[in-house]
Amino acid sequence: MAERSFKKEVQQLRIGAGEEFRGEGILAVTKALLQCGVGYVAGYQGSPISHLMDVLADAQEILDELGVHFEASASEATAAATLAASVMYPIRGAVTWKSTVGTNVASDALANLASGGVTGGALIVVGEDYGEGSSIMQERTHAFAMKSQIWLLDPRPNLESMVKAVEDGFQLSEASNTPVILQLRIRGCHVHGRFIAKDNKRPPLSLGQALDNPVRDTSRIVLPPASFQHEHEKIQARWPAAIKYIKENKLNELFDGEHGELGLILQGGLYNGVIRALQLLGLADTFGNSRIPLYVMNVTYPVVDDEIRSFCEHKKAVLLIEEGQPNYIEQNLNTILRQAGMDTALAGKDVLPLAGEYTTAVIRDGLQAFLSKHSPGLLHEVADAPAASKPLMKEQVVQFQRKPTVVPAPSPSLANVVPPRPAGFCTGCPERPIFAALTLAQDKLGEHHIACDIGCHLFSILPPFNLGATTMGYGLGASSAAAFNVPSSKRPISIMGDGGFWHNGLSSGIGNAVFNKYDGVIIIVDNYYSAATGGQDVLSSRARNATKSTNNPIEAAVRGVGVKWLRTLDRTYDVAKVQATIEEALTTPEKGPKVIIAQSECMLNKQRRTKPIFAQAVKSGKRAVKERFGVDPDVCTGDHACIRLSGCPSLSVKESEDPLKEDPIAYVDNTCVGCGNCGEVAHAAVLCPSFYRADIIHNPNRWDLLKAGMRRSVIGFLQRRRQTQLARQAL
Amino acid sequence: MTMDPIKIAILAMGGQGGGVLADWIVDMAEHAGWWAQTTSVPGVAQRTGATIYYVELLPEDAIKAAGRPPVLAMMPTPGDVDIVLAAELMEGGRAIQRGLVTPDRTTLISSLHRSYAINEKAAHGNGIADPNKVIEAGKQAARRFYCLDLQALADEARSVISASMFGALAGASVLPFSREDFENTIRRAGLGVDASLDAFSRGWRAAETAPPSPAPVDLQRPIPEVPLTAASPRTQRLLDEVRAQFPVQAQAMMVVGLRRTLDFQDLRYADQYLGHMRDIHQLDRQFGGEAKAWALTCAAARYVAVAMAYDDVIRVADLKTRGTRDDRVRMEVQAKADQLVYATEYMHPRLDEICGILPARMGRYIENSPKLHRLLNPLFRKGRFLKSGTLSGFLMLYALSGMRRFRRVTLRHQVESQSMAQWLKLVSDTAHHDYDLAVEVVNCRRLVKGYSDTHERGNSKYQRLGLAASQLLGRPDAASQLRVLREAALADTHGDKLDLLMRDIVASPT
Repeated sequence: MAERSFKKEVQQLRIGAGEEFRGEGILAVTKALLQCGVGYVAGYQGSPISHLMDVLADAQEILDELGVHFEASASEATAAATLAASVMYPIRGAVTWKSTVGTNVASDALANLASGGVTGGALIVVGEDYGEGSSIMQERTHAFAMKSQIWLLDPRPNLESMVKAVEDGFQLSEASNTPVILQLRIRGCHVHGRFIAKDNKRPPLSLGQALDNPVRDTSRIVLPPASFQHEHEKIQARWPAAIKYIKENKLNELFDGEHGELGLILQGGLYNGVIRALQLLGLADTFGNSRIPLYVMNVTYPVVDDEIRSFCEHKKAVLLIEEGQPNYIEQNLNTILRQAGMDTALAGKDVLPLAGEYTTAVIRDGLQAFLSKHSPGLLHEVADAPAASKPLMKEQVVQFQRKPTVVPAPSPSLANVVPPRPAGFCTGCPERPIFAALTLAQDKLGEHHIACDIGCHLFSILPPFNLGATTMGYGLGASSAAAFNVPSSKRPISIMGDGGFWHNGLSSGIGNAVFNKYDGVIIIVDNYYSAATGGQDVLSSRARNATKSTNNPIEAAVRGVGVKWLRTLDRTYDVAKVQATIEEALTTPEKGPKVIIAQSECMLNKQRRTKPIFAQAVKSGKRAVKERFGVDPDVCTGDHACIRLSGCPSLSVKESEDPLKEDPIAYVDNTCVGCGNCGEVAHAAVLCPSFYRADIIHNPNRWDLLKAGMRRSVIGFLQRRRQTQLARQAL
Repeated sequence: MTMDPIKIAILAMGGQGGGVLADWIVDMAEHAGWWAQTTSVPGVAQRTGATIYYVELLPEDAIKAAGRPPVLAMMPTPGDVDIVLAAELMEGGRAIQRGLVTPDRTTLISSLHRSYAINEKAAHGNGIADPNKVIEAGKQAARRFYCLDLQALADEARSVISASMFGALAGASVLPFSREDFENTIRRAGLGVDASLDAFSRGWRAAETAPPSPAPVDLQRPIPEVPLTAASPRTQRLLDEVRAQFPVQAQAMMVVGLRRTLDFQDLRYADQYLGHMRDIHQLDRQFGGEAKAWALTCAAARYVAVAMAYDDVIRVADLKTRGTRDDRVRMEVQAKADQLVYATEYMHPRLDEICGILPARMGRYIENSPKLHRLLNPLFRKGRFLKSGTLSGFLMLYALSGMRRFRRVTLRHQVESQSMAQWLKLVSDTAHHDYDLAVEVVNCRRLVKGYSDTHERGNSKYQRLGLAASQLLGRPDAASQLRVLREAALADTHGDKLDLLMRDIVASPT
């Protein structure tokens, strides 16, 4: 079960020709796939394309109607390899993942796919996780496109252009027998917009029909001598075919402007930012009318030499706006201009930053630097033009060669006031107690080398836990400690999530550890879902899933590859037990990998599952007990050790009402889900007795009320008696 | 007709419903015949991190006139935002810091409430950021600044902050949509409509009636009043002495101190407190305290009480069995009248604590006997869950709390009394040479708090500070250096920074 349900959005996938689609970019792309007669879709979830997978998972009925096969792949490598179905058969296939991490995983299959080429359109939709909000290393998918010669689309970030790019992508792929990558940026994936839909199409040839009539062509298989042929074919046949298609169908767009002596060349994905930057300089309006001509590369690889030459002709200077590094396109353009003997000046990363996200402000500053160098008059002219002839804009044109002055430094400075807000574990997260236990174990046995992995558990690297030294990739927690398989007084510890485990960790981590007689400790965090990517099911999920096989325990897999020392903890909230198990793993004389499977259900998903059931039970008058935690303010001394070992969002601080206490005291707010971690931590770490669990009995039955009455009478009497004693000497 | 889009940035933390709010604005605008675009970068920010949602709105008429769809930006640009909505005060501060709020055009609507960041919560002392710095900055940065506790308004309506924020946005009258447009949007969303509309209307009213400029938050903690009369003649005597013999600056805290010692033990104990305070005040008078607003007496009024009313098992049992405590628990968990609430206490007394409530000699004997230690320790290795609402659980705690009458003979009391005597002697000795340093020595008691390990760590830091105080004695900057060390002691758990600084400060003669 995914974090978000798309049952409502899915209905939009049904709309027909002429109807308007309104929604998120990634949903529009999903709709576009169906409009293109795609035969199968596969992929691996991850921001920002998780929604594409989740929507398709919720749209099983529509897919069945259309005869489209959908598969949640085990990894991006699986997804990429799935495209092999389009090698021999004219069936359109699409796969999707988060890039560049997913592309890294997929690159073996991608390179093979690109070498042999495809018959049916093969589209790889990648969510480029770059810039603000990204959680991964900052690299470009562009390099993969270049090295394998896969064509790369980077459309303008509006729904119409993105949908068109899907159509163009399939056709380009078929016209040039080459897979195509459709690169979508984070904000493009999440942009809300609209486009006019077309009817969905059934795939002309179904996968079933293909299986019934198998085709085999050894010239498409990556083996010598065919593989040598492929390399030449890429250059001699597929590339020219692609260029021809791109030119004839005008995939790249030209927007004219009155100042023909200048030009801007940009990646399609940056278009909106460039227009806004031009607006801020008074050089464009809200509707994209620019005073400087634009050449928008919706196809960023390959570069169409002719189009570049003709755009640059008779121009004094052009500015290339290319986000990310290295500046592949800039190098390419320089070659084109040089070979053509053209003296048009090409500006790029000399006026724009070499690295980092190209925000509107960055582009604006770059444009300004470009203009001040190549056409200083333009900035003046805009500034001096009478108001009526100026494009409408709110901001004053900034002074020549000066940073914009519209942003006054706020005073007093907030630099030391506004606290950073690192991501952390959710309220009630079952992973938190594992890291509390690990912290306590280290307090006892000393600091250890800890190798982390990708997943929610990676938040252990951030405050308050500050645990972990490296993270090498999804499922690679155990393998990233492989080198430390040497005698030492301290064993290495590595972490791996259930998502990463099934992605590749079973073989790359556990299998490798068994094979190499690794002596370290591997903690597998099993929260029943691929939680970090949105709570999708994995092989070991406990849910019943109509279309997937779940309930395949990690324990069985780990034993299956030969692990002997294995402990399964089925309640991570038992901090003392987790701590004891970790300590045992670190100190046992037994050799070989020590694997601890720590399992409890992701609280976000659990709440989503159980909350409505609980509410329903209470509403229907059934007896139901809700647990939550609290802190006695008069017992808490305001040391905050509990917070340093927990970091639960619902465990906060507040001003003490006791004038004798200077520091704020801990308290548990109403978002508490009663997981019990804070109490267990207080127990295990011997912190303080201020935590209590409150059991709130809804709809108490008669027996409850009878007991309560008896208790009340005795307890109340004693309490009143003590109260009277105290009151006697009150002040 | 405007040709410029309205630009709105929403700053929120994961789980606050910033996305819902953005979607509402889009839905409202589209129903009112506007073109709307929104973008966001959720990513890992979903999980408690901070994130920005960005909305641009443009009337459809303008688009028809232009004959082509608009090109709207994917992210807010500093200096180019009309409305900033912040779902928490520091997120409002972040918007200001990022330059999204400018005096020429930006309406800043920020919730006043705080959701503390992990660093603020995890601080050893008080790590809470100063809200007034943000309010001050907002007043300067925004064209109009609404700073309202939208979380409280949402809570009152049993709804979520996105609803009260939507209301405040409507009440600020910065969007060309009617109140009906706003409310119909909530109705269309169809989830928890009544509660959302209630929160909406509270937010609306709050913004509508908001002052032109938000007032600063009063951070002064209320000073308890000094009463004129006490419940009995014997306590009246204590009160009279405080009022007659002690400086007015210290009286309020001394009343609190007397109340605490009474509550902790008995009248004789309160008398003892007053005795210590008499000595301190005498010292204060002797070394020129009057000119320094009786700093020594004031500081000691708090810490002598804290030191005397140490946290032991008896005290905890006492606090957990009071009737007022049951009421507080019910209130805190928002239990309804027809619901039953039972508390389960998480207690983990160690052998040390148990020895602490034994008669001093017996306690010491066990502590010093490795054999007994080995024998008894396993009994206290695990934490205990105690149901204080059941008869067995309550009676056990009640009996434990009744042991207060034997407290004076316990080992813990002996240890605490000795520690306090040493501390008071250090204060006295120091005051003879350096008044300001003596005040700092009093304040160092702040480190001693908590239970078990926490208490030991705090105590160890406090001991180190005491040592530093005696080493610093005679230096002109002794007091200020001790203050620096005391703050350093709050920087980490084990006092690593304190050790580092101590080496530097104590080693370097000025």
